[in-house]
Amino acid sequence: MSDSVAVVATHAVPAHHEELGFWRTYVFSTDHKMIGRQFLFLGFFMLVLGGLMAMMIRWELAWPETAVPGLRWLPEPYAYEGIIPPQTYNMLFTIHATLMIFFVVMPIMVGCFGNFLIPLMIGARDMAFPTLNMLSFWVGLLAGLVMLAGFFVPGGHAAAGWTAYAPLSAKAAYTGVNWGQNLWIISLLILGVSSLMGSINYITTIVNMRAPGMSYFRMPLIIWSLFITAVLLLLALPVLTAALAMLLFDRALGTSFFLPEGGGEPLLWQHLFWFFGHPEVYVLVLPAMGVTSDILSTFSRKPVFGYHAMAFSMIAIAFLSWIVWGHHMFVSGMNPLMGTAFMMSTMVIAIPSAIKTFNWLGTLWRGSIRFTSPMLFALGFVSNFLIGGLSGIFMASTPVDIFIHDTYYIVAHFHYVVAGIIFALFASVYYWFPKMFGRMMNEPLAKIHFVLTYIFFNATFFPMHILGVGGHMRRIYNPTQYDFLHPLQPINVFITVSALLLGLSQITFVTNFFWSLFGGKKAERNPWKANTLEWAAPSPPPHGNFDALPVVYRGPYEYSSPEVEDDYLPQNRPLITQSSAPRTH
Amino acid sequence: MARGTTVRKIIEVQASEELKIPSFDGGGPPSSPIASAEPTVSNARLAVLMFLAAEAMFFAGLIGAFIVFRLSSSAWPPPFQPRLPVTVTGVNTVILLLSGLTMQLALRAVRAGKSEGLIWHLLATVLLGGIFLGIQGYEWVRLIQYGLTVWSGIYGATFYTLVGCHGLHVLGAVLWLTVVLIQARQGRFTAERCTGVETCSMYWTFVVGLWPILYGLVYLY
Ligand SMILES: [Cu+2]
Repeated sequence: MSDSVAVVATHAVPAHHEELGFWRTYVFSTDHKMIGRQFLFLGFFMLVLGGLMAMMIRWELAWPETAVPGLRWLPEPYAYEGIIPPQTYNMLFTIHATLMIFFVVMPIMVGCFGNFLIPLMIGARDMAFPTLNMLSFWVGLLAGLVMLAGFFVPGGHAAAGWTAYAPLSAKAAYTGVNWGQNLWIISLLILGVSSLMGSINYITTIVNMRAPGMSYFRMPLIIWSLFITAVLLLLALPVLTAALAMLLFDRALGTSFFLPEGGGEPLLWQHLFWFFGHPEVYVLVLPAMGVTSDILSTFSRKPVFGYHAMAFSMIAIAFLSWIVWGHHMFVSGMNPLMGTAFMMSTMVIAIPSAIKTFNWLGTLWRGSIRFTSPMLFALGFVSNFLIGGLSGIFMASTPVDIFIHDTYYIVAHFHYVVAGIIFALFASVYYWFPKMFGRMMNEPLAKIHFVLTYIFFNATFFPMHILGVGGHMRRIYNPTQYDFLHPLQPINVFITVSALLLGLSQITFVTNFFWSLFGGKKAERNPWKANTLEWAAPSPPPHGNFDALPVVYRGPYEYSSPEVEDDYLPQNRPLITQSSAPRTH
Repeated sequence: MARGTTVRKIIEVQASEELKIPSFDGGGPPSSPIASAEPTVSNARLAVLMFLAAEAMFFAGLIGAFIVFRLSSSAWPPPFQPRLPVTVTGVNTVILLLSGLTMQLALRAVRAGKSEGLIWHLLATVLLGGIFLGIQGYEWVRLIQYGLTVWSGIYGATFYTLVGCHGLHVLGAVLWLTVVLIQARQGRFTAERCTGVETCSMYWTFVVGLWPILYGLVYLY
């Protein structure tokens, strides 16, 4: 009943827009939704590359110095008859991390969903600066191409780890890599420009372009998280840019900022890098937290528990992220007193993180939970984030960290946090696919995808904790060279088999995605019966998004409100009580 | 469909009708429409503010690095390194600060609708900025002749990086100003439509305001 009313209300004259040619529609588009889709496909492409690199790394760790099946075509010196040499191995883990952080999670969670969702969810027709938005994608793509070009230069790609610690990264002689490392630096400098344009656009749009009635505290939490993420990106990436510029000067101009023999300070690189690096972690994880809050609320049919606490805890996390960078440097030779200070500040982050986790549980508590595929993946994110957050407390305390630093324990920790974002990523794709492409994804296949991914993800990353406590160092080429690691080798094999299966499980997703893109059931406007504004627009929304600009009357999480018969109450639906009107006079 | 009279029903309402806003969390009438009203800070100015915040963090990174090196070395400048031209650069600092003043006067002129004053003050700003760059370039050439280079040690490296990055920003600002000057001569700005001058003056003020900090750190400290 009320549904038909809502449809009537929104079925006004379709938004007028002139037809654009192929190039303006799909390639050089200034439409925020198309730019979002472009970022999505860029991210997926890089995800495949980064994932394949992870498989090669795992093969090497389980069956060291044996030929990787299907890699015999790789030319020397990258591989010898399919056997990966140490130099290639170093390249692989460096670029695996770089791609996953800068070219998968950032383009998809921030670039794609930021672009797609911000104007739709705040009730705007587009971003504040559409041309800048388009440039942000193309500059980002250029950065990606420069990064991939590193594989094709003499000496191969950067091999100093994604953290590019100096002096290893500051002198070509140390890794034998000259142009690979230079291109790595240049690519990230270019990406800094792209991210700057994006974050300026996001902040301006959220501050100035909200629909009537959309106050800050009526914004969905995903918009809050993207807003805070944009601020972090805006302020953190320039510091990396400064550090990268100095590193490039060291390599190309012969300065010695980070080279001790010239009076430089290698630790300075670590300070600058992690001053950027820790906020960067929250750039990656905050949008995941945001979508999780939205999806848990929608499919529990309940308001988010503690909306304000959720928003403020994200702000608190963002503030704290500036004063904790030293927790990456406990064993670097830094003053131990500073280590203690950084330990304290890091522990404080547990408070807002715990507020978020408990509020997620509070949202679920006694809700009418619908186990749809977005919900399952969101729950998967929460459970993995919990494990990653708890192992982080161990890493944060100096006495424990000295023991487990640079072991597989840290590899387990950051994969539970950062690779765990893939669950929020899949949740977002399954949730917003109908809005993005106008078709539904196949639900049974999505559930199979979740079960396989969840099992093999944990089978891959959980045993790494055991390896780490057993003393297995990270970034080593051949664990069998160390006698004390021999008893742990079966675990390495188990992890590799799980990782390969995790990779294979993604075929279900790829099939589902591309099949649904062309053959999925046509999606209605609001297939999930959700409240936020994007569901008031057609699926997919036309140029200009809304038939008429929405007016917002309430917060985004009015599920099971006693005001209405339905269990949802969209933000833009005006209410009037029939009984009160005639009686008052 | 028969229901008790007290049962509430949803019906579509026109915006003019009285609305009953539910009290169930997050209620309250819609605030004034943002889209139609002027935002407190316009899109363009907000964007430039963001950009300047990012620029400030970039320089904070470089300045942080400089302070680390400055504090960890016992003798600064290190022995056998040429001294920096403190006096000439001091005069140059005054020139750049003057250009900040003329920029403000240009902004005032355009807001008062005086296009003549805008053009002359913009021209003065461009010239002062150009003189600053010229003197900086001349001093660089002399310092290189005296043997201060980027690879001659951390002293030279930090000097050229910090001062060079600032110089590049001044160069960018001068180019931007030149574009604004040309637009001003074409009569593009009025008292109501002067965002181009405003945003450029924000950037110029940042570049001018940054210099005394760098001068104090690099030349005097
Ligand atoms: Cu950290």
